Amino acid sequence: MGEMEQMKKEAEALKTQIEAARKAVHDTDMASAASGVAPAPRVQLKTRRNLKGHLAKIYAMHWSTDNRLMVSASQDGKLLIWDSHSGNKVNAVPLKSSWVMTCAYAPSGNLVASGGLDNMCTVYNLKTPVIKTVKELDAHTGYLSCARFLSDTEVLTASGDTTCALWDLETGKQKTVFLNHVGDCMCLSLSPDMNSFVSGACDSLAKLWDIRDGQCKQTFLGHTSDINAISFYPGGNAIITGSDDCTCKMYDLRADQELITYQDAALNSGVTSLALSMSGRLIFAGYDDFNCNIWDSLKGEKVGVLSGHDNRVSCTGVPPDGMCVCTGSWDSFLKIWN
Amino acid sequence: MSGSSNIVAMKKIVQQLRFEANINRVKVSQAAADLQQFCIQNALQDPLLTGVSSSTNPFRTQKVCSFL
Repeated sequence: MGEMEQMKKEAEALKTQIEAARKAVHDTDMASAASGVAPAPRVQLKTRRNLKGHLAKIYAMHWSTDNRLMVSASQDGKLLIWDSHSGNKVNAVPLKSSWVMTCAYAPSGNLVASGGLDNMCTVYNLKTPVIKTVKELDAHTGYLSCARFLSDTEVLTASGDTTCALWDLETGKQKTVFLNHVGDCMCLSLSPDMNSFVSGACDSLAKLWDIRDGQCKQTFLGHTSDINAISFYPGGNAIITGSDDCTCKMYDLRADQELITYQDAALNSGVTSLALSMSGRLIFAGYDDFNCNIWDSLKGEKVGVLSGHDNRVSCTGVPPDGMCVCTGSWDSFLKIWN
Repeated sequence: MSGSSNIVAMKKIVQQLRFEANINRVKVSQAAADLQQFCIQNALQDPLLTGVSSSTNPFRTQKVCSFL
């Protein structure tokens, strides 16, 4: 048997082995396990702020760690920094390329980043008298779909070139490249302990990576279309994904498998974004049908909906203190709810 | 694409699968129980679950101020 044939056989055997190992620990399902848990209360949130200022579709937003400031990105070619308490715009950052797909706030509050169809991640310093571009991270060969700061010196990116990368902001170079997806990477989420991250891609897979050694540690199957949104569960042992297949899923990292699917026969729009409440109990998922549905993460039931946007909900975010949820839309508005 | 680069790519696929096959897996009943415990323990600190009283809500509806 040729070497190629042998390896193909071994690959199939390993896939079967992984399937069997997952089945072997599947001694119950999440819904039965959660049957004793009291249902989450019916969640009715009100719009507290309607942030007007962008002139075109909003593609991304990210909260600052101070629970008050947030950055949003729109294809009007601007990043806006908002004071969510007053509703005022604190800063506007004009972008060289208006085809922006992601934005991020550094944990320190000193820097923000953006990127998109220019294939670059541009980092800006908000604290200089005039906002300055600090670095242009240029090495991806596809669009930048997501960026996240680990600190003021390290940034993680996900790209349409099917790779993720860890960058050194001082040199502007990639320190580690994460190779394994076979479709555009669409989203990423850092683990609470910052040692690993998960990515979702158009190959319908979610992958867990070790940040330092670049190793793909686990692969999660189940979705049947692009994974557009991903988030670590607050404890760090599970992840939630949202997909163009109209479902969200919870995967447990230690059981190495899908635990629950959040779906409804009446829902046939793709999931664009998601965010979790502080305890992880509530999932806020933005959909193409202009709504943000609220799911009970343990029981798999829909417990509320945020309606009010006049176009696709493209991004959602809950600040670290869990005090509200922000939704951003192609209708050019951001809304804050609690 | 040359035959040898196909083989290199296939070797990487097999290597990755071997790695993923070897991890320890915890029983779903244990994983589910731990997730539930985490949620329940943190439920009272979750403002979106418990609700926020208007006196402590930084986003309470603003009263309109007008300059006279």
